[in-house]
Amino acid sequence: MSTTTEGQPASTKETIVLEGATVRLAGDSGDGMQLAGTQLTGTSAQVGNDIATFPDFPAEIRAPRGTLAGVSGFQVHFSSQEIFTPGDSLNALIAMNPAALKTNLADLDAGGALIVNEDAFSKKDLEKAGYDINPLDDDSLEGYTLFKVPMTTLTRGAVEGLGLSVKEADRCRNFFAMGLIYWLYGRDTSPTLRFIESKFGGKPDVAEANRKALNAGWNFGETTDAFVSNYQVAPAKLPPGTYKNMMGNQALAWGLVAAAKASDIGLFYGTYPITPASDILHELSRHKNFGVRTVQAEDEIAAMCTVIGAAFAGSMAVTGSSGPGIALKGEAMGLAMILELPMIVINVQRGGPSTGLPTKTEQSDLMQVIFGRNGESPLPVIAPRSPGDCFDVAIEAWRIATRFMTPVVILSDGYIANGSEPWLIPDANTLPKIEVKHPGPPADGEEFMPYARNERLARPWAIPGTEGLMHRVGGLERQDVTGNVSYDPDNHQHMTNIRAQKVENIADDVPLQEVDGPDSGDLLVLSWGGTYGANTTAVKKCQKMGLSVAHTHLRYLNPFPKNLGEILDRYKQVLVPELNMGQLRQLIRARYLKDAIGYNKVQGKPFTVAELVIKIQETIG
Amino acid sequence: MSTQLPVLKAADFGSDQDVRWCPGCGDYSILAQMKKMLPSMGVPREKIVFISGIGCSSRFPYYMNTYGIHSIHGRAPALATGLKSVRPDLMVWVITGDGDGLSIGGNHLMHAIRRNLDINIILFNNRIYGLTKGQYSPTSPLGKVTKSTPMGAIDNPLHPLSIAIGCEASFVARSIDTHIKHLETTLHRAAEHRGTSFVEVYQNCNIFNDGAWEYTKDRQTKAENTIELEHGKPLIFGTNRDKGIRLNGLEPEVVELGKGITEDDLLFHDEKASEPSLAYLLSRMRHEDGFPEPIGVFRAIDKPRYDDELNKQVDAAKAKKGDGDLNALFNSGETWTVS
Ligand code: SF4
Repeated sequence: MSTTTEGQPASTKETIVLEGATVRLAGDSGDGMQLAGTQLTGTSAQVGNDIATFPDFPAEIRAPRGTLAGVSGFQVHFSSQEIFTPGDSLNALIAMNPAALKTNLADLDAGGALIVNEDAFSKKDLEKAGYDINPLDDDSLEGYTLFKVPMTTLTRGAVEGLGLSVKEADRCRNFFAMGLIYWLYGRDTSPTLRFIESKFGGKPDVAEANRKALNAGWNFGETTDAFVSNYQVAPAKLPPGTYKNMMGNQALAWGLVAAAKASDIGLFYGTYPITPASDILHELSRHKNFGVRTVQAEDEIAAMCTVIGAAFAGSMAVTGSSGPGIALKGEAMGLAMILELPMIVINVQRGGPSTGLPTKTEQSDLMQVIFGRNGESPLPVIAPRSPGDCFDVAIEAWRIATRFMTPVVILSDGYIANGSEPWLIPDANTLPKIEVKHPGPPADGEEFMPYARNERLARPWAIPGTEGLMHRVGGLERQDVTGNVSYDPDNHQHMTNIRAQKVENIADDVPLQEVDGPDSGDLLVLSWGGTYGANTTAVKKCQKMGLSVAHTHLRYLNPFPKNLGEILDRYKQVLVPELNMGQLRQLIRARYLKDAIGYNKVQGKPFTVAELVIKIQETIG
Repeated sequence: MSTQLPVLKAADFGSDQDVRWCPGCGDYSILAQMKKMLPSMGVPREKIVFISGIGCSSRFPYYMNTYGIHSIHGRAPALATGLKSVRPDLMVWVITGDGDGLSIGGNHLMHAIRRNLDINIILFNNRIYGLTKGQYSPTSPLGKVTKSTPMGAIDNPLHPLSIAIGCEASFVARSIDTHIKHLETTLHRAAEHRGTSFVEVYQNCNIFNDGAWEYTKDRQTKAENTIELEHGKPLIFGTNRDKGIRLNGLEPEVVELGKGITEDDLLFHDEKASEPSLAYLLSRMRHEDGFPEPIGVFRAIDKPRYDDELNKQVDAAKAKKGDGDLNALFNSGETWTVS
């Protein structure tokens, strides 16, 4: 048995050069589409394309096979230009069954390549997807370039003789589909061959079957007359350096590990499994050799409370969840706030309300994290804008938390958590240090004041084990300076003001807001979080069309950057596109009395560039 | 700095805060015995943390001159889990009550106990909600008339020790607020135990549930109504120490010594029994069913501790993969270079 990882040679057919392409692999959730998509992403990244990905999977782990509810997709956009989104619409769609065809066809461009596994279009399969007539036989697919490929038959043929059962053989179909796509877009198969070796090396027959299926897919493209030409997408001009393909949740986890190193203290992650945040736990639990301690608590409330305990004890304490979990953590987050201890709370947003759309993206927890606690309970909130940005945001959250002695909320979302992009690997030695100070034992006769404050209004982080600093904290109102319980009316007002002012002071410690585009003009597009890519691309397009439009994207959502109000005033109109019903817009209107216009959608899907361009054009008029 | 540890006294463990419990409350005695006991442990005050939830008992940390957190209702065991996971060097006490620990915080209590972190949980059981002024609690007896149950409670009460044993507790004990010697000894045993120590203290709330435990305290009746557990000794009780507990099949029964029944016929207490059945059986002996209620250590066994195991995994990962190297992590997996 060969274990070669040497890839296929270049195609001998005619090659057409493209600027970029958007491809979606869609199939049943058991068909291995996420794996296929990840491989295509990694390979495209390695040939030097800029990439952006968008996995889309059902909430059910295994919905009934072949049904619409069970369709799982993975979209990859690769380009020779700098790109910011996984693409609005598809140049090519691979549909492994009728259900995948039905649910994804609307996104395929007119004339786009439609590759289907024609073996999966039996009467039963068609019924499950709700087709009365086989769409491969009527003229409903006439507007596309249809390639009917008997993938099941060809895959079974390719793995024949390896002693695999039919079921096992069919599990290799995703590698066949990959091989075909690799041929179509001139991708090198060797990274995937290496992956097969490392992933299935322990099961040589499975490894060999996947290799054979991959190569069979590639050879099919090269030899069949159906495909007359293939495509080439040149490398993008990315800044020099070493890159890797990075997903948002992984970047968050690595950012936390890096921040712990930068501040030279141990990382504690207390959490409860929830989609789409669980991958942060999975990633962190693999890095115990960095001194990372993870606790999978009994529930969301406990998770937040373990974090408070660890923070009091002097750890870099972090929890991660999604909206429903954050709702449960609310009371404990209030305690964390009044204790004035540094920690990080991550909310990877998903579609709400209630259980909502667990595997889909939304930005509707902004108000929840800013206000969702009893009493006057301000917390700083920052949001990453892309998968790679999660790394920097994690570090920034910890910097703020320790400088201001406050919990900090990171507001990510399912779109960036599971999406990926090339990440320029930093040199760890050049990452800035985060200075963390714990006071030492007091001088003789000196009394420790746990709620005395520095110029930023931060109190000292005195940790157990330090002689002479014994003190008690709690959720009852504290007397300023001494930290003793106090029911004094003036003190409560004072402490409420102090806690609010402390969070406001963060605005003095973060960069001023920057604008892409003209300093003033007809329209400012104001966005935040995971919609960065779509908004950036849309505004750039509109600028090219000659429209007077600028873009500014917020990382700091509480407090806002100091110059934001002044920026808003320089434009005739402000447009706030959000994947919610207008939460940032409300805050902007309340804070700056600016009559901001909303563009809002909650469909579990990211913005398309096209719809934003239309909205910008309409708004400018 | 001097190398010799200063010898601390009970008073050294008291904070400067005025104690705010109602005069006559059983909590005073528990606080006093804790302060009296702690010096004997030889642990410096700065290495001790008291964590509580909400309720009368949960004011406890404010009165101790140690580190402390007065947290939110029912959650103290979860805070303790986080704290002890990262700082196994600290001595951690969780102070809770029957409402805090068994009602709103039942889930956290259950999981803290099963993890067997090296912490001590003291549950002050007064069978009532005191801080909210007199509603029935999860340990109030059936039929209990309170502000929220004017026609009597209809929820079956929970028995804290039965729950702890069901949660695989490695140390389970019971004492009584007014039995000051016994209480001090029990707290000491709890502190010494490595693993989660769960101690129920019968505590009198003289304002909202006065006399709830009187049958265990009254000079005339306490010897008849309680039985002091001693490891390896037969279960004997009574004013004249003339009664005992015998096993009849799987059921305990009260027998009188003499008339052909000797000590050897009685149940012998074994706090180290690997199976918790005996401890469970003892935890089910209720006054209302005609049994003396056991006090002392029901169960004390050695089991792996979560904090230990967690830190062992960290050490093992370091030994296997070496101390975490960020550059190696960043460059792991498939990478590519753009020049
Ligand atoms: S209400 Fe009862 S338990 Fe609470 S302090 Fe008063 S006497 Fe003690």
